[in-house]
Amino acid sequence: MSLKFRLASRNLFHDRLRFIATIVGIVFSIVLVTVQTGLYVGFGRMVTTMIDHAPADLWVLPLGTKSFEDPSLLDDRQRFRVLAVNGVAEAASLVIGFAQWRLPGGGTTPVFIVGSELRGLGLHPWDLVAGRIDDLSIPGAVAVDESYFARLGASGIGANAEIRDQKVEVAAVTKGIRSFTTTPYAFTGLDRARTYTGISAEKASYLLVRVSPDADVDSVRRRLQENLSDVEVLTTAEFRSRSRAFWLFGTGAGAALFAGALLGIIVGTVIVAQTLYSSTKDHMDEFATLRAIGSSGRYIYMVIIWQALLSAVIGFCGAAVISAIVVKATAESALPIVVTPALTLGLFLLTVAMCVASAIAAIVQVMRIDPALVFTR
Amino acid sequence: MTEAVLDVVDVVKRLGHGAGEVQALKGVSLSLNGGELVLLMGPSGSGKTTLLSVMGCLMTPARGTVRVRGRSIAGAGPEDLAKLRRDNIGFIFQSYHLFPTLTAEDNVRLALDVRGQRSRRTAITARESLALVGLSHKTKAFPIELSGGEQQRVAIARAIVGNASAILADEPTGALDAQNGQAIMAMLAEIARDQSRGVLVVTHDPRILPFANRIVHIEDGRVVREESGEHSREPRMLRS
Repeated sequence: MSLKFRLASRNLFHDRLRFIATIVGIVFSIVLVTVQTGLYVGFGRMVTTMIDHAPADLWVLPLGTKSFEDPSLLDDRQRFRVLAVNGVAEAASLVIGFAQWRLPGGGTTPVFIVGSELRGLGLHPWDLVAGRIDDLSIPGAVAVDESYFARLGASGIGANAEIRDQKVEVAAVTKGIRSFTTTPYAFTGLDRARTYTGISAEKASYLLVRVSPDADVDSVRRRLQENLSDVEVLTTAEFRSRSRAFWLFGTGAGAALFAGALLGIIVGTVIVAQTLYSSTKDHMDEFATLRAIGSSGRYIYMVIIWQALLSAVIGFCGAAVISAIVVKATAESALPIVVTPALTLGLFLLTVAMCVASAIAAIVQVMRIDPALVFTR
Repeated sequence: MTEAVLDVVDVVKRLGHGAGEVQALKGVSLSLNGGELVLLMGPSGSGKTTLLSVMGCLMTPARGTVRVRGRSIAGAGPEDLAKLRRDNIGFIFQSYHLFPTLTAEDNVRLALDVRGQRSRRTAITARESLALVGLSHKTKAFPIELSGGEQQRVAIARAIVGNASAILADEPTGALDAQNGQAIMAMLAEIARDQSRGVLVVTHDPRILPFANRIVHIEDGRVVREESGEHSREPRMLRS
């Protein structure tokens, strides 16, 4: 072990109370940043979960659509013009919209209807734990997520309710299809979806397009855009990006999460800076002695940087443990905190950067040191 | 005696600023030769420590010349001065200035570490240096586990481990009892027997006069008297 590292570690651990305060500060800060960025990632995933599960290459959407949940409508007859475009293998209508679910015991609760043809291209429920997609072909059949049973007054397959005075029966149950709006999704067939949302048979929310395997997606997209009016044609990635941008930045939700993360970084930086500064001040005689016996400025800075790095590694480990618990606790919630390996690496680098940046105040302090101080103390 | 390891000529040093400025050194000239132990004596505020700081390249003078082994330090920046110190000068302080979180061995090794000497050999060199001051049995002890005399011996080991040509000691016996003080001075005198090394000791302590080859008296920022060690009673020369 190098003497610089030994000196740094002993300086750091020498005052245990201050060391614990530093680590608590870093842990608090990094957990806060993790939660905020994890919420950001989780929210980003949640808002595009429907787009992610639609097996489409291209989306035809009403002009000006901001996100998947935007309830604008397009002329469903455009589907035939879509199918006439060279390179299009399949096109399907998708209807979405809010509706009121009348509970068996009285009262209503809003649901978000997602309807498409049950065979072929469409947005069908996934992760089914009871029932099958074919079961949705029964009149009034819907698929709902088990996590919303209490809200919907349902207990499982066969549970009844009403939407727009039409009978509804739970025919399939999913697990883990949560809505970030907290409004439960109800999957059903295309016609039933129109009935439940009050959308006429000539209208649809989106057209899903699947491109022939030998066709170029961008070329097909360009041809579609030229042949259709009052619509936009986006790739799945583009629609995902637009939806995410709307919910994260258009609504201010992302800014709020970023602000929280920034607050965490600032709090952590200030805490570590304050600790390193006071630690350096306490060890000023030692640094002056080092300078007097001929150490270079770089040698002393490295001692301080080692202290910062040690704080970063120990603090990050503590934060990682707590963050893992928080991630596990929110995994089944409507808005899970998602921490990816890339985010973990990013947070570690952020912790290191934060701690090293915090060392600047201490280094500035040491830069002013007068080695002749050793004779006066 | 051999050539000067440290040499200051007509050095002026001012401390403080504005109305609080004082001229701590008023044209001091002094040399420290290899193979001699020089005592620098004088009342408080006479400029002893300032002169030691200037000779030790911890401060640069406002005027005059400082030479380390014949080379002027004029124009040297803080990093150049640090290099001059680590290559040529060893310091011993009244309050030892050991690192409380490091063992005696690591305290000594630190003087090699700052020189960039980081091989396994440095641990052996540090232990050898501690053995020279009679602390081969305390290499793993922390400063708090050592007596004042032992701590000062660790400081001496640290000062000599890098083969510095000049050892500058500020009141090395100031915090020690008579017996330990005599032992420390005997060690410094032994170091000064090496013709390549000179030892300059700032002191108030008249009990250590017998160890000196030369005694320099400083008052009000000027060298007022210089005499040979214990064999000389009369002023020999005035350097400034």
